[in-house]
Amino acid sequence: MKKPITVLAPTGTLGYGFGAEALKRGMSLEPDVIAVDAGSTDPGPYYLGSGEPLVGRISMRKELSQLIEASRTAEIPLIVGSAGGAGCRKHVDWTLDIVREIGRERGRPLKIAWIYADIPIERAKLGIRAGEVKDFEAGYDLTESQLDETATLVAQMGHEPICAALDRGAEVIIAGRACDDSTIAAYPIWKGADLGLSIHMGKILECGAFSAEPFAMDVMLGTLHDDHFILEPGSLERRASIKSVAAHSLYEREHPYLHGGPGHELDLTDCRFTAIGNRQVKVEGAKAVVTPDYFVKLEGARLMGFRSVSIAGVRCPTMIARIDEILDRARQNALDYFAPAALKVGFHVYGRDGVMQRLEPRRSELGKELGLVIEVIADSVELAHAACHQISGALLHWHYPGQFNTSGNLAFPYSPSEIDAGAAYEFSAYHLMKVRSPTELFQVEMETV
Amino acid sequence: MVNTTRPLSQLADIIRSKNAGPFRITFDILFADPVRYQLVRDSKAVTRETVAAAYGLPVGAITSFFEVDMASAIKITLRRPRGQGSFGESDVYGCQQHVPLLGLSIPIG
Repeated sequence: MKKPITVLAPTGTLGYGFGAEALKRGMSLEPDVIAVDAGSTDPGPYYLGSGEPLVGRISMRKELSQLIEASRTAEIPLIVGSAGGAGCRKHVDWTLDIVREIGRERGRPLKIAWIYADIPIERAKLGIRAGEVKDFEAGYDLTESQLDETATLVAQMGHEPICAALDRGAEVIIAGRACDDSTIAAYPIWKGADLGLSIHMGKILECGAFSAEPFAMDVMLGTLHDDHFILEPGSLERRASIKSVAAHSLYEREHPYLHGGPGHELDLTDCRFTAIGNRQVKVEGAKAVVTPDYFVKLEGARLMGFRSVSIAGVRCPTMIARIDEILDRARQNALDYFAPAALKVGFHVYGRDGVMQRLEPRRSELGKELGLVIEVIADSVELAHAACHQISGALLHWHYPGQFNTSGNLAFPYSPSEIDAGAAYEFSAYHLMKVRSPTELFQVEMETV
Repeated sequence: MVNTTRPLSQLADIIRSKNAGPFRITFDILFADPVRYQLVRDSKAVTRETVAAAYGLPVGAITSFFEVDMASAIKITLRRPRGQGSFGESDVYGCQQHVPLLGLSIPIG
């Protein structure tokens, strides 16, 4: 029987907060490591493409200060995965800058390790040429020209690069894009715990207290034993229940039992949950198989252009009755007016199908007013702005049969009526690439502040 | 004999939608009571076909369908109508696409 290993996950996304009391109580349970996920593709391709951080610097600084203080007081490592949101180089550097600042203020030596997850475009092209890149769910094969258009390309690391940083005695590890489960599982695996149980525990803990009830961005702990692990929320105001943990096992993933990760397949078919007392759940039965080839998931984003939007309300029933025809013609007029420049023009019609679009089964039910968002993407901010204003102006003064009100069709909440929303990105890669070793693309760098 | 039906929203405790990666939307129908889960599961009123019909999609748009006894849950996943965040996006997190499931009609005997 090995010594149990306790992981404290302070929250589901670093920068989204956690309770100070929950952290204090969690730390009193003497965890062996603090590990936290700081990102995902979930907020969309913008953060990956632009390198802008997901959360504000003030939030990140506040939470990293608390966690560094807690981890140094307990003399345990702090591991942050998918730093900054998308885990690209700019995000890692931004996070490191904050860690260094905190380190200097503390005035005691701090051993920091960081691991970039950016993949050189040329490396991915080699993968394509070798036939070692395959589609995951994007629905197309990745091409070299798509890679040339890609602004940022990262891959999800597994636990191995993080274990390499632990080997070198790192006290704070800032990992770029990492498989969420691996960020949490790295320390237990490094200590020799079972791979399947470690990854399953990582999968649940990476969302912090989202697997507890009531759920929240808050502290969650997991303790790994030889053949099971035990979950418990940090806050005494929450509990882990079979229902909350089982429900969470389904969250944000397609398959309930089988999960591919970097270099492994996790099988939860024989997984069992047992309540212990009122606040803890025992989990057993996960099995991991190491795959013969090691694949990592690539995530890339490309610039679509620059976005300008205009928001307006429509109240007149005569306009609402003709809205599709009017919007179609306004779009076509704008495309003609700005030709040969390429524009993307879209309309979100709230009150009809603004949320569900073509999945909306009740599109014909219209309310008394519509919320209209006009969206234009073009190659420059100037063109996007000009086209958006041309369309909103044209719609404002559009003439149509049966019109009662000839003084204006749109109720704008704002002046100016256009908002320039900056660069817009879309995913360009969501593919698997075979690598020679788990650490080939993820080098550990270190310094002592 | 009268065939009684109830909307799924009166039988399930949680009905939710969420991205599962940038190219899928997954729906979880969760039951606190395993008996009600079994009733809905065995009614065969929640299937690939009925879910596709509720969204006006071909059955091929449903990428997977699971009855998860361990969690008293039904899980359905769709190919996302467009890649997350691509032009025309209306729901970045995919978290407001669940409503047509609320009204699925479940025969209760």
